[in-house]
Amino acid sequence: MKAIDVKELTKRFGSFTAVDRITFDVDQGEIFGFLGANGAGKTTAMRMLCGLLNPTSGQGKVAGFDIYRDTEKIKRNIGYMSQKFSLYEDLTTAENLELFGGIYGMSRKEINEKSGKVIAELGLQTEKDMLAASLPLGIKQKVSFAVSTFHTPRIVFLDEPTGGVDPIARRTFWEMIYRAADRGITAFVTTHYMDEAEYCNRVSIMVDGRIEALGSPAQLKSKYKAASIGDVFQSLARQAKRVES
Amino acid sequence: MKQFLSFVRKEFYHITRDTLTLVIMLILPVILLLILGFAVSTELKNTSFVVLDESKSTLSRKLVEKLNGNAYFTLESYAHTAKDVDKAFRRGECKLALIFPSQFANDVVHTGNSSIQIIVDASDPNEASTLVNYMQLAIMQFQREQNVNMTPRFIDTEVKMLYNPQMVSAYNFVPGLIGMIMMLICAMMTSVSIVRENETGTMEILLVSPLRPVTIILSKAAPYLVISILNVISILVLSYFVLDVPVAGSLVLIMSLSIVFTFSALALGLLISSITKTQQTAMLASTVGLMLPSMLLSGLIFPIESMPAILRVISFIIPARWFIEALRDVMIKGLGLESIWMQFSILLLMTFILLAASIKKFKNRL
Repeated sequence: MKAIDVKELTKRFGSFTAVDRITFDVDQGEIFGFLGANGAGKTTAMRMLCGLLNPTSGQGKVAGFDIYRDTEKIKRNIGYMSQKFSLYEDLTTAENLELFGGIYGMSRKEINEKSGKVIAELGLQTEKDMLAASLPLGIKQKVSFAVSTFHTPRIVFLDEPTGGVDPIARRTFWEMIYRAADRGITAFVTTHYMDEAEYCNRVSIMVDGRIEALGSPAQLKSKYKAASIGDVFQSLARQAKRVES
Repeated sequence: MKQFLSFVRKEFYHITRDTLTLVIMLILPVILLLILGFAVSTELKNTSFVVLDESKSTLSRKLVEKLNGNAYFTLESYAHTAKDVDKAFRRGECKLALIFPSQFANDVVHTGNSSIQIIVDASDPNEASTLVNYMQLAIMQFQREQNVNMTPRFIDTEVKMLYNPQMVSAYNFVPGLIGMIMMLICAMMTSVSIVRENETGTMEILLVSPLRPVTIILSKAAPYLVISILNVISILVLSYFVLDVPVAGSLVLIMSLSIVFTFSALALGLLISSITKTQQTAMLASTVGLMLPSMLLSGLIFPIESMPAILRVISFIIPARWFIEALRDVMIKGLGLESIWMQFSILLLMTFILLAASIKKFKNRL
C-alpha cells in the first residue's frame, strides 16, 4: 500500500486555484521532496493531506485513509513538524515529548521508555530538563523532529524543517530523517534548499499549483539535462506566472 | 481522557511557570476587593458644610450644633455673605451649605412654618442626593426633638432598609466584583492563551494531532476554572471576615452560579480568540468588549432600572447582568433557587449557546 496516493487533487479559494489537479504517490518508507517556490501551493497541498483543509475536488489517500472522510484516522497516523519548530517554549524537552505522547494516546510506560530512548539517541541528556526556550535553534529542530515522530507515525510531514540553521546542523538533521526512514517512517519534506533535494528518493516540483516534474533526482537531472536539481528547479520556476505571496 | 489529562497538565505548566501572571491572577482580586471595600465607599462621613445664618437665632445655632455633632457632617465655617458661600464651594472647602433666612426663628415660633435652603455640590449626583437625604433626616430629627412637648403636626415617615440596614456599599459590590474578576480571568486569559498558541505556531501542531476541538477547549478551560473558583473562595472569605458582608444564601448555589458564569466567560474568551490575531488585540478586545460592558451595563455600578431603554435592552444579553443579579439575591438576601431560577436559566442558556458557538467557530478556523 502507498503511504500517500493522490489523484487530480484540487483546491480553489474563490476564483483562485491554489492547487491544480496534482497527481502523485509516495511509497512507504520513502523520502519524498516536495519542492516549489513560495506561493506555488505547497503548504495548501500539505494541509489537505494532513486533514486541515478540505479539498475542492480530486481524490486522495494518506496512510490508506480517505482525505475527505477519515481525517481523524489520518491524524492518528501522521506526524507534523512546521517551519516554526512549534515546541512549547515553557516546557522542557522531556515535557514536550511527554505531552505529545499523551496527545497521541501513548501509555505512561510507553512514553517513559520511548522518551529515554529518543533522548539518548539524540544525545540530549543535558538538555532533557531545560526549557525549550533556552535551546539553540539546531537543537530545537532536533527536538521538534523527535516530537513529530515520537508516536511512530506512518508518515511525517516536514514543512521547511531546516530553515535558518547552518549546513552542519542540516546534515545531522537529514541523518535523523534517514534513521526514521529506516524504521519505515515515510518522510514528506518541503524545502527550498536544492542541495537537500538530492537527499530525497524522489522529488516533485510544483509551479503555480501544478506538479511540473516528478521523479528521482537522477531522472530529473537527465530529463532536463541539468547538473543539479537546483538548475532543474530554476528552469521550471522561471515559467511561473504567480507572484510571490 | 488521557489526552485531556496530558493537555491539562501542560496548561498548568504554562500557568505556574509564568509566575508573575499567576500572582496577578490570585492577588488582583484580593487587592480590588480591599480597594473597593475600604477606599471606594458610597457612605459619606464627615462631609464639611458651611452655614450662612441671617437669622442669627438660638434656634438656628442649636440646629447647626446638632448637625456638627452628627457623624456625617462637620461644620467648616460660618459664612458672612452669599459670596463667601460661593467661594467655599469653589475652593472645595465644603460639599453642602445651609442658608437660614433672617426670618427663620421668627417664622418657626409664630407661624410654625419656615424653610432652610440647602445648597449641594452636585458634581457627583449620587453623592449629592445621598447628602440631601442625610441632611433632611437630620433636620427632621432635630425638629422632632424640639417638638417633644407639642403634638407633632407633621406626618412622620419611617424608613427601613431591608437586607442592608446600614446601607453598606460592600454588600452591593462584592457580587459584582466576583463577576468582574471571573470575566477578567476567564475571558481574557483564555483568549490570550489560545491566541498565543496561534502566534507561536503550536496550534497548527495541535490541529494536526488527533485532539478533538472540544478536548482542546475544555483543557484550556480547566485551569482557569480552578483559578476562578479559588478566587471566588478568597473573595467570599475576605468579604465575610474583613468587610463583614454576610453570606446569607447557600454556598452550593453561589458556587454553581459562579461555575456556570465561568463557562460563559470562557466561551466569550474563545470567541474573542477566534477573531483576534495577536495577544495584544485579544487583551484589548476582552477589556473593551467584555469588561467594560460587564462593569457598566450589568448593574454593578449603575442601576439598570435607570438606564435608557436601549441600554436596558443591551443589558439583557450580558451574562454578567444575570449573574450579578442572581448572586446578589443569594448572597445578600439569602434567597434560594426558587427565586433566582429565571436568572439562572437565562445564564445557563446563554452559556450553552456561547459554548456551542465558540466550539463551532474554533473548528472552522484554519
